[in-house]
Parts: sequence; structure tokens; C-alpha cells
Amino acid sequence: MMKPIILTTVAGLCMATAATAETPVLTVMTYDSFTSEWGPGPAVEAAFEDTCACDLQFVGAGDGAALLARLQLEGPRTEADVVLGLDTNLTAAARVTGLFAPHGVTADLALPIAWDDAEFLPFDWGYFAFVGNAGADAPTSLRALADSDIKVVIQDPRSSTPGLGLLMWVKAAYGDDAGQIWADLADNIVTVTPGWSEAYGLFLEGEADAALSYTTSPAYHLIAEEDDSKVAWAFDEGHYMQVEVAGKVASTDVPELADQFLAFMVGDVFQTIIPTTNWMYPATTTVDGLPEGFDTLITPAKALLMSPEDALAARPAALDEWRNALSQ
Amino acid sequence: MAQRPVTINPTKPGGIAVGLVLALTLGTLGAVAWRADWGCGLGAADWAAVRFTVTQALVSAGLSCLLAIPVARALARRRFWGRSVLVTLLGAPFLLPVIVAVLGLLAVFGRNGILNDALGALGLPEVSIYGFHGVVLAHVFFNLPLVTRLILQGWLSIPAERFRLAASLDAPVGRLLERPMLRTVLPPAFLIVFLICLTSFAVALTLGGGPRATTVELAIYQALRFDFDLGRAAMLASIQFGLCSIAAALAWRMTAVDGFGAGLDRSVDRWDGSRWGDAVVIALVATFLLVPLIMVIVRGVPGLLELPADILRAALRSVTIAIISAALCIGLTLALALRGGRIVGLVGVLPLASSSLVVGTGLFLLVYPIVNPAKLALVVTALVNAVLALPFALRSVAPAVDKITSDYARLGAILDMSTWVWTTRVILPRLRRPLGFAAGLAAALSMGDLGVIALFAGDAQETLPLAMYRLMGAYRMDAAAGAALVLLVLSFALFWICDRGGRVDADL
Repeated sequence: MMKPIILTTVAGLCMATAATAETPVLTVMTYDSFTSEWGPGPAVEAAFEDTCACDLQFVGAGDGAALLARLQLEGPRTEADVVLGLDTNLTAAARVTGLFAPHGVTADLALPIAWDDAEFLPFDWGYFAFVGNAGADAPTSLRALADSDIKVVIQDPRSSTPGLGLLMWVKAAYGDDAGQIWADLADNIVTVTPGWSEAYGLFLEGEADAALSYTTSPAYHLIAEEDDSKVAWAFDEGHYMQVEVAGKVASTDVPELADQFLAFMVGDVFQTIIPTTNWMYPATTTVDGLPEGFDTLITPAKALLMSPEDALAARPAALDEWRNALSQ
Repeated sequence: MAQRPVTINPTKPGGIAVGLVLALTLGTLGAVAWRADWGCGLGAADWAAVRFTVTQALVSAGLSCLLAIPVARALARRRFWGRSVLVTLLGAPFLLPVIVAVLGLLAVFGRNGILNDALGALGLPEVSIYGFHGVVLAHVFFNLPLVTRLILQGWLSIPAERFRLAASLDAPVGRLLERPMLRTVLPPAFLIVFLICLTSFAVALTLGGGPRATTVELAIYQALRFDFDLGRAAMLASIQFGLCSIAAALAWRMTAVDGFGAGLDRSVDRWDGSRWGDAVVIALVATFLLVPLIMVIVRGVPGLLELPADILRAALRSVTIAIISAALCIGLTLALALRGGRIVGLVGVLPLASSSLVVGTGLFLLVYPIVNPAKLALVVTALVNAVLALPFALRSVAPAVDKITSDYARLGAILDMSTWVWTTRVILPRLRRPLGFAAGLAAALSMGDLGVIALFAGDAQETLPLAMYRLMGAYRMDAAAGAALVLLVLSFALFWICDRGGRVDADL
């Protein structure tokens, strides 16, 4: 066993040195759907490689939570130079690992909230929302949904980022009364799925009147499928936000290239790719504005978001509340 | 395990296989535990998850076994047109990726499914599939066919001469032949299904209707993915192994030793049982298992046109992994089955109790310091899939080897057969049927697996199930349904080719 291992290591080292001698490689670790054929990955790669004289390589790793777990598994020896795709429910835990360096980018961000984070820089954002069928009964608040007999599918906050988003939404909107809201919502919840895909799939199959998704989901159906039958429900309590961020890995061997990528990420080219590939709002105002169809989306009057540190601290108790209320 | 009067089976490859399985199951758990920062222990919610997991696994396994007995008996007693196709088709639910099967079940039993449409038309109230009963229903859907196949093999292993004798003496077949046979076949089959349900995650969560239906596997997933609490994940995985050992020990105590002796390998003719009763049983179970599959096909056909070109490469990759994995699995199975003994019995069920996420994470930790995991993705996936399919393959092959050994070992010893001649002339020809079934199962299970590849795969190593999930994640549900159909057809084709190959001249 020993010999092949040593040989592979030596071969690996040789190849690594050979590669750095030619074109520098920037490794960006991100979630799967970013790098897929329909995601922003291919266009971003082509555009950045036009300007950087480098080779941009994506490493896909499940969803946002899997991304952080993967980085923690790899530790300081990671080959990743940039991690792209964490959200504010994960950044506090990510910061504690000490694996990230300050990004040093100042950008003119167009988020509905103030942003000040030395390590993590947003590349897109969206509002969580229940997405249902146009023309059907649409509740106007979480409270109204809980009091109705409308059926919804949600994701498990223990295995899914949108699921965790809803948990924080209810907590941010109702504080100490969150447990009561969950108890009242229990009979509206058809089932809890492991991830977003299963929940949205069940909704499209007609298993529920709505699924927890994003206010931008109807834009996909409208633009990609020319189907205007899906709408997001606007809720009076406000909508919880998801802000997706990237960070520079402290142990990167190409720090200048990583800085260059982060600056490129908040630039016009990257940001224009986002809306119709990642189906989220760009983090900065683009020259051409939003694509046609985005103007039909609901714009929540109030944006809710806990700070990363508050979100991390609130999670264990909120999870217990959720579990107890839905286990009755 | 049957007592062997004479030992002429090879043992060395068996030792290597035992080592490999232990390394991939307990070894990977060790790697995770070693990297863990040990914090607080398990909370009340974890114990609730353990209780739910065990309860649903017991009920699901019990019900699957109870229902499989009449089905297997009906299939063993009757010869009819299309029987062999039906026997093969019954394997299909077991081979499907979980989410595909769940969507198929929902198309029948869901709020918007065929059943509720029919009830609605008759003015009857809606039934909900979500809850404990939904979890059990899905597990029975998955596992009833497997148990049926395993019991059917038991039925067919009763020598034809015994049935002739019973018929000519007008003796009760059920008490004298069938009950003893079931005592040897049922406990291991129950154990297998119990363990499959023990590590269920997506089925339990999606159909369970909420956090009440939390399984240990979900708790492991949460610990690894959201909390990065390796210590808790390792503890929960140890609990799964503990439950597995207890269940295995109980199943062994209850398993009787096969005492039918050797026959002349003649085909079985039966003179007992009600023809109509058997027909009803077969029709009911075929409807229950095949209608959801038909729904998967119906949903998938329109999506075929929307599939991206890349899907072909993903499919090819999956088929390659499946074939390598099946070959590895058959090698391991033969090595273990020929070695025999208690340790093989335990090794044969350990992979079932292991969480694929823990195996993947442990392997990642072991491999990462040495080589980029993405380089090994396909090799590791083939190997892990082979080991995960091992329990099923072994369950099918080991009893056959034991029986051949107890029937013919003395003869082999008298003829002074070498290990090579014994293996190639006596064992292998008699193992074609179980080996074909095992290879088919291993190949098909590997096709549908999503466990390890998701952690290891780089960009250019997408397999078919991964491609399907990525399509779903990109709103492309129709294309995903098309990919699911391709997956179903390919898995099934692989299974069919191997399974048919194994019984090309047989009567099953």
C-alpha cells in the first residue's frame, strides 16, 4: 500500500508545480447548482478567464451547508482559494473556523439592508416566500396562513438552507411567540422534505397549495417557461432575506487572483449573469437593470434579516421550538 | 450457518474481503470519530429519533415479511404466462432512487393521486399518506419485492422429491416442508429489511409529515452537514451499528438450520393450494407494486425531450460504475460465502447499518491527505457501492453455498477434489441463479446510488442520479422526471440482463 501512495503524492506535487508554472489556477468552491449547465458557473468562468489570464476551476459541493462542512473537512490544507455560496445563517460558523481572510473589497451594494462584513461579500440575494398557484387563495401573513386550512410543504431546517430560512423568518417576525405560530401552522404543513427540490417538486405535482421558495421563483417560470401561473405570496410581517456571500480562503496560494475574482464578482459582468441563471437579485445595480419579467415580482415592504451571530445563537432554541410544535 | 463435515472451501480471499468490509464500515466510522472534538452527548431529541427509527423499522420489516409469504408461495406454486417477467419486474421498486419511488407512490396515494381522485369521485373522504403509515407503506413498497424474492428462493430450494413424497403420502406440505423452510429463510430476510429501514432518511422525512418522523440517519446528516459535529455523528453511527449487532444476534438465534438434504435438481411440481387464492394475491401485489412504476414512466416520457445532451455521458458513467461495482460485489460475495462462519454473517450485514454519509465522510478524511478526492471519485463510488450491495448479494448466495457444501462436500472429499475443481465444477454451476440475481441487484443499486458520489464528485464526474438531482435543483422538474425514467430503464435493464443470465436454463 505504501508505495503507490508515495508515488501518487510525488506525482501530485510535480503536477501542481508544473501547473503553477504555466497558467495560475483559481479554485472556487461553490454549491452544485451554481456550476451546473444552467447555473451562472459556465458564463462566469468564460467571462473571468477573458480578463485574468488564469484557469478558473469550480469545485461543486452539494448545497450551502454542505459547502461549509466540506471546507471544514479539508481544513487549512484546502485547495480552495475562494468559497462562494454561503448565506448569513452560515457565515458566523464559517468565521469561527478562522479559515477566511478579509476580502478588502468596497462595492456599491444594492441590498435592502446595510452590509458591513470584513470577511464575506454578497454576490446575490433574495426573499424567502411561499410560492403558490395564481388565482388560488393567497394568505397575506404567516398568521393568516396558520389560521387558514391552506396546505403547504416546507423544508427541514436541519437539512436544508431554505428550511433554516423559514425557521429564522418566524423567529425574526414573532420572537417569543414563534412557538405558538409553529403550533398553529402544524395542521397546514402537509410534510417536511429534506431539501428544496423535493418540496418544490411536491408542490408542482399538486401535493400542496404552495411550497417555501423565493419571491424570484415565479420569474423562472415566466422567463424560462413562459408560464405565468405561479405567484409568490406577499406577507405583512415582512419577508426574511437570504444573502449569498463569498469569502477568500486565508490559506490561498493565489491571493491576488482571489482578490481579483471577488472584485469581478461585484462587477457588472458577473452581476448581469445572476438574475436568469441563479434566479436571485444581483447584489449591485447593473447597467442594463433587471431582466424583463422581474418587474412582475412582489417586492416585500419589509426585509427581515438577523445578523449572522444572532442567527447562530438563536438557532438551537428555535429548532427545539419548531420540533416540539410540529411533533404534537 | 450449516455445519460442514469437511472443509474444502478456500479461506484466504475471504479474509481479505472481511478486512475490506470492516475497513469501509467500522474503519470509516473510526476516521470520523478520530477527527471529532468530543463535546456534549446525545440529547432527548436524539433518543426520540432512535425510538422512532426502531419502531418504524420493526413495523416495516414485519409487515414486509408477513405480506411476502403468501406472495412468494403463490409464485412458487403457480406457472402462468408472464410469470418470469413478473418475478423480474417485482425487483424494480427496490432498485429505484428514493425520490423517484416516492414521487411514483405519491402519484397513486398522494393528495392529488389516483386513489384520492377515485375516492373523491365516489364522494368518500380523502386519505392522507403522510404520517407513520406513509413511511411504513413506502418501506413495504420498497422491500416487499426483495423479501418475496428471498423467500421464493427458499421455496425453490426445497427438493422436488420432497413435494412428490408429500403428495403421494397426502402429507401436510405447510407443516412439514414450508414452515421449516420459512424458519431458515425468514429471520435473515427480516433482518435485512429491518436494517434497510433503520438507515432510511429521505422516505421517512418526506412521507413522515414532520419532525416526529426523524430518523437517526437524519440526525447524522444534521450533525455532519449543519453542525459539523463529528463526535455526535460518530456516536449516532455507533448506535446504528449497535442496533444492527443486536438485531443480527437475535435473527441468528431464531434461524433454524436447513435440513431438507440434497435432491436431484429437478423442477418442482405442486399439487396443493387454491388456484384462485393465489391468483388474487399475485394480482393485488402486482397492482400495488407496478402502478406507481407506471406513473414514473408516464411522468417521465414528456421529459425525455428536455434532457440535456450531457445526460448521455452521465448515463454512460453510471453504467460503467455499475458494472465494475457488480463485478467487485460478486468477487467479495464469493470470497465471503466460500469462507463461511459467524464473522461472515456479521460482515454481511454491517454495510446495511452504516450511514453512507459517515462512510463517505470517513473515506474523505482518510483519502484527502493523500490525493485529491475528485480523482478517486469513480473508483471509490464503485467500491463503496459494491460493499453496500454486499448484504443483499450474500443473502442470496451464502445459503446456496452452505447447502451445496453440506450436500456435496463429503462427495468432494471422497473424490479428493482440489479447491479449484470443487469451486469451478461443483459450486459455481449451482450458484448461477443466486449469482445472477446478486450481480443484477448490485449493478442496479449502484446505478441509483447518490450517497458517496455527492461528496467526492468533481464537476466532470456527474452520474445519472446526481444529474437528476441537479435538474430538480434547477427548477427543471420535467427534465428530472425524464432522467428518472432513463435511470429506471437502465437500472432495470442491467438487473434483467444479469438476472436472466443467471437463470437462462432454469425454471424460476
